[in-house]
Amino acid sequence: MNTNFRAEDRKVWMSLLASAEEVRLTELWQDYGLDPDCEFLRAPEVGGIMVRGRMGSTGAPFNVGEMTVTRCALSLADGTVGHGYVQGRCKAKAEIAAKIDALMQTDAAEALSEAVLMPLAQARQEQKTARASKAAATKVEFFTMVRGED
Amino acid sequence: MYVAVKGGERAIQNAHAWLAEERRGDTNVAELSLAQIREQLSLAVNRVMAEGSLYDPDLAALAIKQGRGDLIEAIFLVRAYRTTLPRFGSSRPVETSEMACDRRISATFKDAPGGQVLGPTFDYTHRLLDFKLAAEGDVPEAPAAEPRMEATPHITTFLQGEDIIEREAFSDEVPGDLTREPIAFPAGRAVRLQALTRGDEGFILGMAYSTQRGYARNHAFVGELRIGTVPVEMEIPELGFCIEIGEVELTECETVNQFKGSKTVPPQFTRGYGLVFGQSERKSIAMALVDRALRWEELGEDNLGAPAQDEEFVLSHSDNIQATGFLEHIKLPHYVDFQSELELVRKLRREAAELAETLASREAAE
Repeated sequence: MNTNFRAEDRKVWMSLLASAEEVRLTELWQDYGLDPDCEFLRAPEVGGIMVRGRMGSTGAPFNVGEMTVTRCALSLADGTVGHGYVQGRCKAKAEIAAKIDALMQTDAAEALSEAVLMPLAQARQEQKTARASKAAATKVEFFTMVRGED
Repeated sequence: MYVAVKGGERAIQNAHAWLAEERRGDTNVAELSLAQIREQLSLAVNRVMAEGSLYDPDLAALAIKQGRGDLIEAIFLVRAYRTTLPRFGSSRPVETSEMACDRRISATFKDAPGGQVLGPTFDYTHRLLDFKLAAEGDVPEAPAAEPRMEATPHITTFLQGEDIIEREAFSDEVPGDLTREPIAFPAGRAVRLQALTRGDEGFILGMAYSTQRGYARNHAFVGELRIGTVPVEMEIPELGFCIEIGEVELTECETVNQFKGSKTVPPQFTRGYGLVFGQSERKSIAMALVDRALRWEELGEDNLGAPAQDEEFVLSHSDNIQATGFLEHIKLPHYVDFQSELELVRKLRREAAELAETLASREAAE
C-alpha cells in the first residue's frame, strides 16, 4: 500500500473514470492485464443522483432532474479500499473504476496511470477539442457595410 | 355495492402480442437499434430525458423504441423506472458559467465576449424537406476552427457591473423536491423551476406564448442562450470530497425583461431562467418566460389574472404524465359508474315525463 497520493489526485482520477466511455475503459483495463483479487464491500449498485442548478445560474439552488449513477466499493487483499462512482448503469464499469481507484493507492499507480488513465484523459481532451473546434467554426464574424461617400 | 368483474385476460395477452408485432412493423425493414435512436433521434431522446426527469440517453432511447415513438409514453416509462432507483445523493449546483458551449447566442449584445456561436442549429435553414436524407450517404465533416477552450462568461455579468439588472440572491438553501413532497402552494421559485424543467414542452410553450401575446406580457429578450456540457460534481459521503460524477448536456436560457421599478427598487431589468436537460432550446426559452411571469408577486407587479401568472394553474397542469394518467383513465371500464348514471338519467326522465303529464291534464281540466 502506498499512501503517497494526494486527495486532489484521487479526485482527478475518480472524475476521469466516472465519465469514461465504457467500451474504451474496458479495453484499456483488459490491455493493462492485471486483475487483482478483491472483496466487495458494496456490490455494484445502480441508483440516481439529483442534479441541481442555480436560479439565474448564480442564485439559489433548484432540482433539475436525476441522472443514473452506479457505485461499487471493494478492498484488495492488502486492505486497500477502492470506490467506483460512475455515470450510467454499467455495473462492470463501476467495478473496474473501484479496482483502479484501489490500485492507484498502491505501487501499481504509475504503470496503471500510464496504461489506463492517461489514454482516457487524452481521449477526453481530444473529444472536447474537436467539439470546441466545430463550435468555433460557427462563430459569427460581423462586418459593417458602409454606404455613401462620407 | 361493489361488483368485481373478471375477464379479458386472454384478450389482453393477445393485444400485447399484437402490440409487439406492430411495434416491430414490417420485418423486411431493418430493426432500429437503441444506438441509432440515441444518435440519430437525439432531440427526441433529450425531450424524454428532460420530461422523464432522468438523464440517461440509452434508457431514453429504449423507452422511445418501446413506446413506438410516442414520447409521452416513453416519458411515462422513464418516470416509472426512475422511481425504482435508490437516490445516492444530490449534486452540487452545476456551474453553467463553466459550460463547454456548442452553441451560445445573445439577442441583446452583438459583441459579447466569447461571441455569437451558432452551433448545430436549425435556425437559418429554409425548412424545406431535404430529399437527400431519404437516400443513404456520407455526411461531410463539419468545418473546424481554432477552438476556444476557456470558459465563456455569462452575458448578465456585463449588465451587473452597472447594477442595471437584478442580482440573483445567492444561497445554499436545500431546494424543495417535488418528487419527494407533493407540491403545496405557494410553491416557491425552486419548486416552480423543477416543475417547469420537467413539464410538458407543449404546455410550457403555450403558456410562454400566451405571455408574448399579451396575457401578462413581460417583454422578454433572450439575453443569452447556451447549449453544452457541464460536469456534475457530487460529494462522496464515504470519502468526504467531491468528484465529477459525470457530465450532462444542458440548455440554459436567461431572459432580460423590462421592469419599471417599484417603491423600493429603481427601474432595472429583471430576469427569467430556463435550464433543461439536453439540447432543448424551445423548452428552455419557454421555461424562462413562464418563470418570469410567475415572479409577478415577488417583483411587486400587478396580478392581471393571466393564466401564466397563476402558479397553481401552471404547476397543476404542466406535468404530462399526471395529465395523461387522468385523461386516459376515463377510457378504462367504468361500467358500474355508468350503470348508476344511466339509472339516474332514466329516473329523471321518467319524473320529468310524469310532471309534464300532470301539468297537461291539470291544464285540460281548468
